[in-house]
Amino acid sequence: MTPDQPLTFYGVQFNSRMLIGTALYSSPEILSQSVKASAAQIVTVSLRREAARAKTGQRFWELIRALGVTVLPNTAGCRTAKEAITTAEMAREVFGTDWIKLEVIANDDTLQPDLFGLVEAAGHLSKEGFKVFPYTTEDLGAAERLMAAGCEVLMPWGAPIGSGRGLNNPYGLQTMRNYFPGVPLVVDAGIGAPSHAAAAMELGYDAVLLNTAIAKAGDPPRMAIAFAEAIRAGRSAYEAGLMEIRDMASPSTPVAGTPFFDLGGAS
Amino acid sequence: MLGQGLSNGHPKRYLNNMSSTTDRPVATAFSMIDLIVNGQAIRSSAATLDRLLSETGYPEARVATALNGDFVPQRARATTPLADGDRIEILSPRQGG
Repeated sequence: MTPDQPLTFYGVQFNSRMLIGTALYSSPEILSQSVKASAAQIVTVSLRREAARAKTGQRFWELIRALGVTVLPNTAGCRTAKEAITTAEMAREVFGTDWIKLEVIANDDTLQPDLFGLVEAAGHLSKEGFKVFPYTTEDLGAAERLMAAGCEVLMPWGAPIGSGRGLNNPYGLQTMRNYFPGVPLVVDAGIGAPSHAAAAMELGYDAVLLNTAIAKAGDPPRMAIAFAEAIRAGRSAYEAGLMEIRDMASPSTPVAGTPFFDLGGAS
Repeated sequence: MLGQGLSNGHPKRYLNNMSSTTDRPVATAFSMIDLIVNGQAIRSSAATLDRLLSETGYPEARVATALNGDFVPQRARATTPLADGDRIEILSPRQGG
């Protein structure tokens, strides 16, 4: 059997096509178990205010390092390009990586990307040497601007962050896949069920980034396995080549030799 | 590049001489200044950002710092003077999606 192709982000190869968030788990132990069960090789993390004399950040960092995974810091919650740029610079120093999941948020209800601020911040950070993973929409114009700004990966949303609604605009996502055949594309946000992740992979997306669907499951490590299997299945299906959809039925059992065929449907 | 102002063309304050051009009072060993640290108002006698970190209880912590919205690298904290009204962010690793 042909093994699935590896995934490449900014020249680094990965076998897993799942990126997993580290937020919202009921305990650090469940977080660790879930990341291990997912077999994900990239985890997202963030920066938040540290209280004086607290070691919260240090403890979390030690937990993540013990997992031996690649860290992708985010700029979650930033509302302007300036905030996102400063947060990215802080993340680079603390996490020791120039990878950044760039979020510039436009709206509290939908947490949708501010595409104008996103393009501005992506250009600035790329010039500073960052490897930018922009959280964007399926808008092709914005995507082209992000590529021109230096992004080598695009991460369109499936649905609003944390909504679990799956792929809101499969047509738009398919168009984006077709339009950028050689660019690594990741569906980021809105995935609620393994079937959503499989659908994204069947469209030809290179990877899926998810958090809440695993963290808020009744049994997060088991859900992590379910997602891993769905993502593998969706990728294999894409590489194997899906059949074309038809408008009408087409018999799968051979018509030739059908019994009673010559009776003219007498009843 | 690090150390460049974002877009205003002015170098960040930590690249200036310690007796910089700011017209606001800079803390000395004998004066107190008002600061906003992680959104909380405090009074401090810290003359520099690294003094503030050690005085307020972040010695050797894995944190990143920003002053008035601009990133201040760890190596620049000792030469970054603080002035009345400065807003400082002290951040550390957290869970994220």
